[in-house]
Amino acid sequence: MSASISPQILPSEAETRLEVQPLPLDRLQQMYRTMFLIRRVEESLLQAAEEGKIGGAMHTAIGMEANAVGAAHATRPDDYVTCTYRGHHHALARGMDPGQAIAEVMGRATGFAKGKGGSMHFVDPEHGLMGANGVVAAQVPHAAGMALAAQLRGEDRVALTFFGDGALYQGVMHETFNMAAKWKLPIVFYLENNRYSEMTPIWRTSSVEALYRFPRAYGIESMQIDGNDVEVVYTAVAQAVERARAGEGPTFIEALTYRLAGHMAGDLETYRTEEEKALQRQHEPLMVLRNKLLERGARPEELEAIQAQVEEEVQAAVAFAEESPWPDIAQAYTDVFYL
Amino acid sequence: MTAPVMAQAAPEAAVQMRKTTYIQAVNEALREEMRRDESVFILGEDVAHYGGLFRVTRGLLDEFGPQRVIDTPISEQGFMGMALGAAAVGMRPVVELMYMDFTLVAADQIFNQIAKYHYMTGGLIHLPIVVRGQQGGGKRYGSQHSQCVEGLYAHFPGIRVVVPATPYDAKGLLKSAIRDDNPVVFLEHKMLYFTRGEAPPAEVEYTVPIGLADVKRTGQDLTLVTYGYCLLQALEAADALAARYGIQVEVVDLRTVNPMDTDTIWESVAKTGRLLAVHESYANCGVGAEVVARAYEEAPHLLRAPARRLGMAPVSIPVSKPLEDEILPWKQQIMAAVLEMMRA
Ligand SMILES: Cc1ncc(C[n+]2csc(CCOP(=O)(O)OP(=O)(O)O)c2C)c(N)n1
Ligand SMILES: [Mg+2]
Repeated sequence: MSASISPQILPSEAETRLEVQPLPLDRLQQMYRTMFLIRRVEESLLQAAEEGKIGGAMHTAIGMEANAVGAAHATRPDDYVTCTYRGHHHALARGMDPGQAIAEVMGRATGFAKGKGGSMHFVDPEHGLMGANGVVAAQVPHAAGMALAAQLRGEDRVALTFFGDGALYQGVMHETFNMAAKWKLPIVFYLENNRYSEMTPIWRTSSVEALYRFPRAYGIESMQIDGNDVEVVYTAVAQAVERARAGEGPTFIEALTYRLAGHMAGDLETYRTEEEKALQRQHEPLMVLRNKLLERGARPEELEAIQAQVEEEVQAAVAFAEESPWPDIAQAYTDVFYL
Repeated sequence: MTAPVMAQAAPEAAVQMRKTTYIQAVNEALREEMRRDESVFILGEDVAHYGGLFRVTRGLLDEFGPQRVIDTPISEQGFMGMALGAAAVGMRPVVELMYMDFTLVAADQIFNQIAKYHYMTGGLIHLPIVVRGQQGGGKRYGSQHSQCVEGLYAHFPGIRVVVPATPYDAKGLLKSAIRDDNPVVFLEHKMLYFTRGEAPPAEVEYTVPIGLADVKRTGQDLTLVTYGYCLLQALEAADALAARYGIQVEVVDLRTVNPMDTDTIWESVAKTGRLLAVHESYANCGVGAEVVARAYEEAPHLLRAPARRLGMAPVSIPVSKPLEDEILPWKQQIMAAVLEMMRA
């Protein structure tokens, strides 16, 4: 094992060096706010799960926030997004109301899907999030279909789809790569390489080390970037989106990142070491952005004020969810068909 | 719960039974069969180093090595097809699907390939494959991680379908499944994993034959046919019905859905005259519909009242607890169905 599939490699060691245009300070502060919001929502959800308030499988994206926020800022609200069951961060980055998000995970009537979908099936069409999927890789052809629709209708919308390192070896990925490339679909394939597929490190099952070179066989442009630096993510996605809107076809972005929490709530994490996590914490996205902001002249008090504000917002969202009613039993039988 | 009826090839009565969990029973069956037959090997996600998401294959890598306990990528269609290939040339693959819902990801290989191969080749090639994994609701895993798929499998000829409810049956049936020369799907349930039951100690050899139902509770008023986790719910319901209403339900554990041991069912219905089939998979076009249809075709004279089925409502499975509770055909729904039939 070597190269970027190893969990010992930091995201900052990614192979593609992009020319990054610094973003304005207020934009970065906005990004910091959203990233911190995601972090705190995820932490609150983990705590609620520990307290037995959440059932089922809940996957958080702690340590992966920059991917969502950078990408959301580089796309328009009317672009299309699909993602995986690890999708809270994408929904929040695109503007989903945290109260509705938490209520959904808790199965309350006020959740965005009335408690029917839960943590694994985040969706928010108003903000372009067309669905998160519990079946690995299933969301990828969906996004390609949205891109196809945009192409057929002559719209300049693009589709952006997120998936994990484990998804690359589903056949449907390769079927989609080929069609997307052949038809020059306006789509961005975004791989969040957090180095693990459930409890198995990806190096154990992948015959390819530099995952981003993979889609080149299909003629798809690709790059490997630091997914924990929100500015880098923004730059990469903005470039890919520009190509897609210009009719130049798909781009594949492999973003190196790392999930700092377990695969899902309750994961005992016996498959990795504390040393490895400590190493990866040295380049976790909130810290990377915080350092960047301070370097560029933001004052610590400003950041603290943002955090305090977010803290309040998250507490209110949790309270909203916990005080929300359970769905009416009759809801179990509705929504099977569109009427 | 009444003591399990000993199946054929059960150990001598003198064997001291011990309590074991369902997970442990499945693990032991895998271990013992791998010791017994070198052609048995395991394929699946997280099965080797981690020991399986639900720890069912724990410790097997240590004993049998990475040649026989193989961590796959998330490529269900690929490794299911490889199971076919390996089995066609003499191996005995045991494939774990992390959630049985992913049957549908590997569906072409299972239903178009594995199920048909022996028939299409005029019997020239047979496929000793076991596909196993957990299914079912009750833990708020939602629409794509909670489905029961035995009805789907049973619809296709060429695959045996085994759905054991107790640790004893799980171990004995998995051993039979691995030794069987046909494809067998072996369906565990997430709610069963930590349940405990009596079984002979590890290493005391026994098997439970595929295709044999087992009467888990006797009664003269109504025959309740079920299997898998619903068996536990049915037994609880039966005890409550007896205590509260004096209704004695006979509970027949099918254990195997395909082939179906209708002899045992008719024997019971001959006594009770009433038949209710219960399962967690969809009622619509399901196993219960099959049981009821066969009753009318093969044994209508035994029925003193209309036969019924109870299964999952025709909706996807919601995450929200009250909604999931509402649709699972468990104890309360079973009691209501029995009462309705008894009062009719
Ligand atoms: C088709 C399919 N097979 C197996 C699973 C079970 N499963 C859920 S998450 C996961 C690992 C996915 O890893 P990766 O794609 O790297 O995404 P990550 O969870 O790391 O974000 C697996 C195997 C699934 N959901 N879908
Ligand atoms: Mg991963």
